[in-house]
Amino acid sequence: MLKIFKQRNVPRGLLALLFVTAGCAADAVTAGENISDIAKSVDLVWMLLGGFLVFWMQAGFALVESGFTRAKNAVNIIAKNLMDFSLGCPVYFIVGYGLMFGADKLGLWGTNSFLLNGVSDMWDIGFFFFQAMFAATAATIVSGAMAERTQFKAYLFYTVFISAFIYPVVGHWIWGGGWLAEKGFLDFAGSTVVHSVGGWAALTGAIFLGPRIGKYSADGRSKAIPGHNIPLAALGVFILWIGWFGFNGGSTIAATNWNISLVLVTTTLAAAAGTCGALFYSWIRFGKPDISMALNGSLAGLVSITAPTYDVSAVSSLIIGLIGGVLVVASVEFIDKVLHIDDPVGAVSVHAVCGVWGTIALGLFAESQYGNGVSGLFFGGGLTQLLVQLEGIVAVAVWTIATSAAVFTVAKYAIGLRASREEELKGLDLTEHGQEAYAGFEIYSNE
Amino acid sequence: MKMIVAIIQPEKLPDVKQALFDADVHKMTVSNVIGAGQQKGYTEAYRGVISEINLLKKVRVEIAVNDNFADKTIDAIIKGARTGKIGDGKIFISDLKECIRIRTKETGKNAIG
Repeated sequence: MLKIFKQRNVPRGLLALLFVTAGCAADAVTAGENISDIAKSVDLVWMLLGGFLVFWMQAGFALVESGFTRAKNAVNIIAKNLMDFSLGCPVYFIVGYGLMFGADKLGLWGTNSFLLNGVSDMWDIGFFFFQAMFAATAATIVSGAMAERTQFKAYLFYTVFISAFIYPVVGHWIWGGGWLAEKGFLDFAGSTVVHSVGGWAALTGAIFLGPRIGKYSADGRSKAIPGHNIPLAALGVFILWIGWFGFNGGSTIAATNWNISLVLVTTTLAAAAGTCGALFYSWIRFGKPDISMALNGSLAGLVSITAPTYDVSAVSSLIIGLIGGVLVVASVEFIDKVLHIDDPVGAVSVHAVCGVWGTIALGLFAESQYGNGVSGLFFGGGLTQLLVQLEGIVAVAVWTIATSAAVFTVAKYAIGLRASREEELKGLDLTEHGQEAYAGFEIYSNE
Repeated sequence: MKMIVAIIQPEKLPDVKQALFDADVHKMTVSNVIGAGQQKGYTEAYRGVISEINLLKKVRVEIAVNDNFADKTIDAIIKGARTGKIGDGKIFISDLKECIRIRTKETGKNAIG
């Protein structure tokens, strides 16, 4: 039987296996057990494959963020993206996973499974792998909003806390059987759990840091600081997009759950609609189709559909994505020009604002014929689900902003949060790392 | 007429530009150059190996001014570029023989202003 597993042609191998087991089985019970074993294996592979794709999103974030910022800080952005995973993953293993999925205490946090203690079932270990990739995604969102002006060691300090503590507690509330889950709050793949947490922490970080030198003129006008490589940013967005098929699709954690098809269709349509929304809205608003906004729009569509992907129709997903795409452009403008918060890559607009919108959208567009069997406001479900969604959004925002503000305050006084003026002007690559991203190429001083 | 050429630290360009604008000097040509003076270079580390960089990145600012603007311009450049450390740069001043605005064919004082 092992030989059959090793065959290259998996579908035929599985068929043969079914055939053999059915043929050999002395009684129907054994045959039934074997088939359910196979189903479980297929589910496991699907979950792990989702994990692989979510890991690949780290590459997407690294490219988007370095493309949208200046060449003199590209090494630093890559360093932050590399290290928030490589530090975050071990601390999630040591503390985070236990807080998120350990035995519940008061609906607020988990209390065991630290260091995977007592977790011996191979399914659960695979589940940890899958969840660790999600934790890393929440952490990495923040580096873009804090780009080009943060001390490297302060960023490393912060990233330990989001992976160990801030993200896992929210995760427990919603996915680990905590108080929000009890209330019926729904967030399929993490518009709130992952993206809003990352987005709110990003907002807090950007406020604590203040704008980059030269971002606002003395009379308060916002100035553009263009990113140095749009093709790199575009590659990053495509990588994130394919990664999202694992992020949303993998979140069924069961290949035998055929709702995956709907999840992938709604994910794709929302991302496409988000891109269109941002592109055409920016075209009307600014006179030219702005590709950097359209790239944000793809991500906006993806973040917006992450919560409702399992519960809405394909048509609804188009509407949700389109609104997300318009929303992201309006939000980037508002945060930059009105609030004067400098977010170099639009992380707050993409992840916090669209994360909130996606979570609300579930309360509006959900239809009972799909996945969770709930109805939103537009499909006869009344306000019940929508109100629960709003309660979750507010609770997560308050928790994340309060805890990350505490971490950034400690970082500010104990380590120093912001790079010096000289370091910032020279670029963090040379001052923090003593390396250049493009050695041998001329980098223009054009500020 | 004077031709003022300043070699400054790249990261001081925003400050120099601001000081020039404050002194009502708005016309300039800026280029990225590499070179060495007293500062002699710096070291970069790549994969654990030190590489010495002899020629440093600098920014060259060229400004053509009428005589009565020369001191103001020089003061502004110094104000923006000076940190007191080696590597702040140099200013070269030379007499400018002629200046022609291509669009109008104006020459001399009118062409510069």
